[in-house]
Amino acid sequence: MPIDTIENTAKQLVLTVQDYSLFAARAFTNLFTEPRYLPDFLIQSDVIGFGSLSIVVLSGLSTGGVLALQSAATLSAFGATAVTGQFVSLTMIRELGPVLTGVMVSGRNASSMASELGSMVVTEQIDAMRALGVDPMRKLVTPRIFASISMLFFLTIVADACGIAGGGLVTVFMNHQNGTQYLDKAWECLRYPDVIQGLVKPLFFGYILGSIGCFYGMRTTGGTQGVGRSTIQAVVWASVLIIFVDFLLTQVLLTLFPPL
Amino acid sequence: MNGTSASAQPASFQSSQLPASASDAAADAAPVVAFRKVSIAFDGPPVLENISFSLAPAETRILLGPAGVGKSVLLKLTNGLLRPDQGSILLFGEEISHMPETDLFPLRARTGMVFQEGALFDSLTVRDNVAYQLIGERVPDDQIDRRVRKVLGFVGLEETFSLYPSSLSGGMKRRVAIARAFIRTPELLLYDSPTGGLDPVTSTTIIELVMKERDVYRTPSLLVTHRLQDAFTLCSHRFDSERNRMVPLPEGETDPNTTFLMLEGGRLIFDGSLHELLHSENPFVREFLE
Repeated sequence: MPIDTIENTAKQLVLTVQDYSLFAARAFTNLFTEPRYLPDFLIQSDVIGFGSLSIVVLSGLSTGGVLALQSAATLSAFGATAVTGQFVSLTMIRELGPVLTGVMVSGRNASSMASELGSMVVTEQIDAMRALGVDPMRKLVTPRIFASISMLFFLTIVADACGIAGGGLVTVFMNHQNGTQYLDKAWECLRYPDVIQGLVKPLFFGYILGSIGCFYGMRTTGGTQGVGRSTIQAVVWASVLIIFVDFLLTQVLLTLFPPL
Repeated sequence: MNGTSASAQPASFQSSQLPASASDAAADAAPVVAFRKVSIAFDGPPVLENISFSLAPAETRILLGPAGVGKSVLLKLTNGLLRPDQGSILLFGEEISHMPETDLFPLRARTGMVFQEGALFDSLTVRDNVAYQLIGERVPDDQIDRRVRKVLGFVGLEETFSLYPSSLSGGMKRRVAIARAFIRTPELLLYDSPTGGLDPVTSTTIIELVMKERDVYRTPSLLVTHRLQDAFTLCSHRFDSERNRMVPLPEGETDPNTTFLMLEGGRLIFDGSLHELLHSENPFVREFLE
């Protein structure tokens, strides 16, 4: 019956949201009580942070370059090509830097977390860990989530810098404009609220990608096929949630720091 | 359910080994594990229904039954990896069916569990797998190495110290899993089909290890298997520490502390000794034995 299907789907959705909320809250509160697994946090920070550096640098450079190309074409119609630096810098720092980095890193790491933990679930390694008296939430989930948060913060700064540099390269070598003017405008337009917006968002996005990746990994069922399914769900939901939460955060941050 | 009293045993199967006083003491002592009317279901009919039994100190209980009957579920209920829908489970005298997960970890740390496929951590070496709990307890490295080498020696795998699980055979993985379960000298051992899918020679090696742990350390254990041969070997042999191998008990004798449980359709249909099992009138038991 179609009504039953809708009802069951709605119930499943509510149940999943409830499970995720409890899971994410428990992973967060684990940070404030012993035992803490610092070596695991450092290993995950290396995997997520250094491992994602190349894709963040490349995507940052390309996005900054594209922004400079597109904006120059539009701005030249108004004789305002001089503000290309301002446009690239504000767009990268306030929006594209955090969101793009979040989505890129979730594509790489939420999937990796879901598949790694999912494989451990289906091969009973998680049960073995519990049977050995070790809490997998503390040992596996909490270090991954906090490594995601801290590394996404720094990766966003890298992406912002690369985006501005990419825009600068395009401005100088393709649009044949003045590089000093570009950098001067890019720097001059920035206010503290812009920087705060750009640095608050990756904290939330890191939490989302880490918790979603681990959540779908830890609730994997159905063998290797289930691992594949969890991986897809983790990437899709992490990306969608990052974009949705970006919308909410932007609303809140614009209320807190209204534009001049 | 068949009775558990060992009355009127024919001469062909006499329980032996322990002096009567030791056997009585084991039976009188508080059980290490006790199930009371335990039931569990997963989105469907009950997997286990109204299960009651207990495991006394120094006792080995062999859980028999065909594949998919709920044997592994029962084992996971024993140390709280799964929670029952109904009934109560006592582990080391503590009720665990509603115990918070955080309180269960210390109890589980006193228990060794061998999983069906070994469940070794594939990103860690054999040394780190076996020493997993010790590393967590921040035991000094030299002490860890010494204890790991000793327990690997116990299972006959000293040479695998630095290898990764991916380079081990199925039987070796199972033995490393046994070493991991043994390293902290647990107060209870749970074996989930330790010989499943292995060749007869490797199976015998594994059963010999289980027997060694039973007879040398007298650790109470719950062993799941669907291989009657393994179960009967455990009953009819003892481990000879001097010769470092298992030897058959005298003709007609069985280990008195090794008893049987049998599951069918989610229900416990047999609880008793080897003698009682062999003379059971239950049609399913008869079919299973034949």
